[in-house]
Amino acid sequence: MAWVWFHKFGSPPHFYRLATQLTPWFGWPALLLGIAGLIGGLGLAPPDYQQGDGFRIIYVHAPAAWLSLMVYTVMAASAAVGLIWRMNVAHAVAASCAPIGASFTALALVTGMLWGRPMWGTYWEWDPRLTSELLLLFLYLGYMGLRNAIDDLARADRASAVLAIVGVVNVPIIHYSVTWWNSLHQAPSVMKFGRPTMPASMLVPLLLMLAGFTLYFIALLLTRARGEVLRRERNARWMLEALERT
Amino acid sequence: MSGIAHFLAMGGYAVYLWPCYGLTALVVGINFASARRSLRLAQRDARRRLETLKVVASS
Repeated sequence: MAWVWFHKFGSPPHFYRLATQLTPWFGWPALLLGIAGLIGGLGLAPPDYQQGDGFRIIYVHAPAAWLSLMVYTVMAASAAVGLIWRMNVAHAVAASCAPIGASFTALALVTGMLWGRPMWGTYWEWDPRLTSELLLLFLYLGYMGLRNAIDDLARADRASAVLAIVGVVNVPIIHYSVTWWNSLHQAPSVMKFGRPTMPASMLVPLLLMLAGFTLYFIALLLTRARGEVLRRERNARWMLEALERT
Repeated sequence: MSGIAHFLAMGGYAVYLWPCYGLTALVVGINFASARRSLRLAQRDARRRLETLKVVASS
């Protein structure tokens, strides 16, 4: 059963059709969650007892940082599937992740710097968390640069997949950097075992934003991946079919 | 201080907080436009390749 699903999802026409149908089901809820999260985070949550209203940066910083790691993991996993099973759809998904992931990684870094200035007294410190997150941005940029440098799409897929898979070791390093080393960055308050260290009025808007950003990423990914699947396609009949539909 | 001015002041953190939200809006917006653009370009390219196929098939 699982293999039937695997092959069906791997078939470009099926993927294209499914992605077209699914995109609004992720995009619109993402918008609603984002609006609710903004109202909760900027309006309803009380100021922090130490950081005052400055803590509200968390509602954009944490979702961006979460996406930076999640998108990379999705990219590396699809690259591995593409490499092992020679599945074009998986390569298309991996290639679509990179620009989205790079932009949210840059956002996480910049919003983190703007938070660090008033709270730590500095924009930047060569701290384990900050340094490993910067390395993640370079991994994304390296992946995109490598793809751009190779004209043949199939070769670009394979070469960049290797880079994506090797780079995935950085993901747990970033996540655990604040626990393993004595970091300036605070320890996780949500993504950990046990109860979150935040009252519900602060936590709920954060969870709404995290969910909203995640759904938005899926909508973006489906849109980009449709284009990438089309670029890899040589079969005229279904290309015609796909283009008529859109 | 009026309600809106108080909100915008963000307890003195306005200069750090609002740029964060502005940049987030920018990244979200750019991703939206760029995803749609990349799909459109791929579709245009696929149409062109189909035209070539038709010409080759009819000659």
